[in-house]
Amino acid sequence: MAGIPHDHYEPKTRFEKWLHERLPIVALMYDTLMIPTPKNLNWMWIWGIVLTFCLALQIVTGIVLVMHYTPHVDMAFASVEHIMRDVNAGHMIRYVHANGASLFFLAVYIHIFRGLYYGSYKAPREVTWIIGMLIYLCMMATAFMGYVLPWGQMSFWGATVITGLFGAIPGIGEPIQTWLLGGPAVDNPTLNRFFSLHYLLPFVIAALVALHIWAFHTTGNNNPAGVEVRRDSKEVAERDTVPFWPYYVMKDLFALGVVLIVFWAIVGFMPNYLGHPDNYIEANPLQTPAHIVPEWYFLPFYAILRAFTADVWAVQFASFITGGIINAKFFGVLAMFGSIIVMLLAPWLDTSAVRSGRYRPMFKWWFWLLVIDFLVLMWCGSQPPEGIAPVLSLIGAAYWFVYFLIVLPVLGVIEKPLPVPATIEEDFNAHYGAGAGDAAATPAK
Amino acid sequence: MLRKLALSAMAAVLVGAPALASEGGHVEDVAFSFEGPFGTYDKAQLRRGLQVYTEVCAACHGLKYVPFRTLGDPGGPELPADLVKAYAATYEVYDPELEDTRPARPSDHFPAVTSAGAPDLSLMAKARAGFHGPMGLGINQIVKGMGGAEYIYSILTGYTGEEKEEAGTTFYENKAFPSGWIAMPPPLSDELVEYADGHKNDVHHMAQDVAAFLMWTAEPKMMARKKAGFVGVLMLVLLTSFLYLTNKALWAPIKRGAKAGSA
Repeated sequence: MAGIPHDHYEPKTRFEKWLHERLPIVALMYDTLMIPTPKNLNWMWIWGIVLTFCLALQIVTGIVLVMHYTPHVDMAFASVEHIMRDVNAGHMIRYVHANGASLFFLAVYIHIFRGLYYGSYKAPREVTWIIGMLIYLCMMATAFMGYVLPWGQMSFWGATVITGLFGAIPGIGEPIQTWLLGGPAVDNPTLNRFFSLHYLLPFVIAALVALHIWAFHTTGNNNPAGVEVRRDSKEVAERDTVPFWPYYVMKDLFALGVVLIVFWAIVGFMPNYLGHPDNYIEANPLQTPAHIVPEWYFLPFYAILRAFTADVWAVQFASFITGGIINAKFFGVLAMFGSIIVMLLAPWLDTSAVRSGRYRPMFKWWFWLLVIDFLVLMWCGSQPPEGIAPVLSLIGAAYWFVYFLIVLPVLGVIEKPLPVPATIEEDFNAHYGAGAGDAAATPAK
Repeated sequence: MLRKLALSAMAAVLVGAPALASEGGHVEDVAFSFEGPFGTYDKAQLRRGLQVYTEVCAACHGLKYVPFRTLGDPGGPELPADLVKAYAATYEVYDPELEDTRPARPSDHFPAVTSAGAPDLSLMAKARAGFHGPMGLGINQIVKGMGGAEYIYSILTGYTGEEKEEAGTTFYENKAFPSGWIAMPPPLSDELVEYADGHKNDVHHMAQDVAAFLMWTAEPKMMARKKAGFVGVLMLVLLTSFLYLTNKALWAPIKRGAKAGSA
């Protein structure tokens, strides 16, 4: 592995040498685990481990659930109840899997916003960022299809609404929708293919995670100071870094423990809090629920989807210049996918030479406004489209695009950044050193 | 205190937003024994609730996901095995092997009852949320719980006595039902069910008992789940404490190095 100079694995025993000449797998594991990691990483850098844990947790609990689940419209709902009532510990496994999806998304959102704040997407880490966004897209597809499997009312109607998005594409939309569903409406073929893909995609995610880790192990981790590890020699690099094992393994495990305490309390004491009661009603194609809402982690994007109604001037303008091809529904679909694509393009939209938001006085304000925007959009997505929600959705959706398409490019030109520490060692010493008061817990800044 | 605050917050919202304060959807909070992290089912109450279900609800509503045998499971009504057998035998179920009906066995489920077009009650206590908001924030559901059992209780006690007829169907005014008018006639009246344990049998007590019973049919493993939650949290706290100490000791020399390096 290229990058930061460090000690490499040396096979010692005869067996190790024998294996190393044929398959250097121990060397690969050693170099992965012993990678020099900036020693100034803060608690926002723990979410990668939480995410890796979530993926493993979902795959393991999911495989057990599949042993007892029946992917057929007449039996799916009853088989989930069979899991809840008859399978040994089935109720715990299912609640862990259902709430595990929520933990997965909570962690990925914090992870993404951490990347946005500390400029982790900037050169040379664009590929890591793009792979991360692909993982996020796969997660959304997996979670959506998994939510259909219990075959409750929200499963069915959520599937109807979301696949309907593809139907909004002019001309080719309806054939695509029919192809996705395996028929004219959500039915047994839909359930079967969603089940198949829900089992497949986590392994695609696992492969992408391996690429994600490979990519940032090549460039080295970003860190809160946003300055690179010095690579002049192993000795110099060691002044900026500690090996991942044991320093960050222990730190991440501790953080994972704290996260799991909260997670386990939710699973044990309020497992249905994050779910929707309607999904305990078996799917009924003849009865539409009063209020179709997706799971909480989709709400911000659902709000963007619904924000662009036919009375918005941008929609009317788009409709006018395309001769009506882009109507409000299609505009909303474009906006929703666009909101993720602009995130994907962040490495090229951000023109600032300074990586970490810590040293960007103007950027900070815009960033935190984006976080608030995300939460407001989440609330808007949960509300029926009446009262203040549609207006807030529109403002929120507009700001999402303004942040990426205008604020990020312009700030780099007009902003005067604060002085950046010369090295990671300097940042770390300023934090824990003699000048920073008591060395222990108090954050220096 | 929290509950009072949440209530007054909700009241403020209701006053401020007349759209929400429609005639229906008024769910009362009941202090059920199974609420909170340490709440447990009251075995005697579940048995009374079973009696109310059997004598009243079962005429129109089924419990098709609930096997009779679970009436004897720990964390439920815990009927003795012979009683479970005798109780099951009071139901007739269709046996595809006999191509005929026969008395039910403990391994059978409660029958699905579809004749009256009434919904199955197995999961009703989880399929309805009594509490929402305020303002879509979900805080009330943390403070008071999801409120499925409260919803059932409030429906059963929410009749005002008014009736109306629409397209040949009679509707009954009900304060808890979202639209304010429900097709189900008032099922309970005072002293309708005679409890063996001499418990009060007015509408409110019967409604509470059957709501608790339906919470159990919806979530039969609740007590095992809370126990697993409690033990799991304790063990994780212990493990995490050790991880904290290990991590602190591990990093101490590195942080001392920072002190020396900057001095």
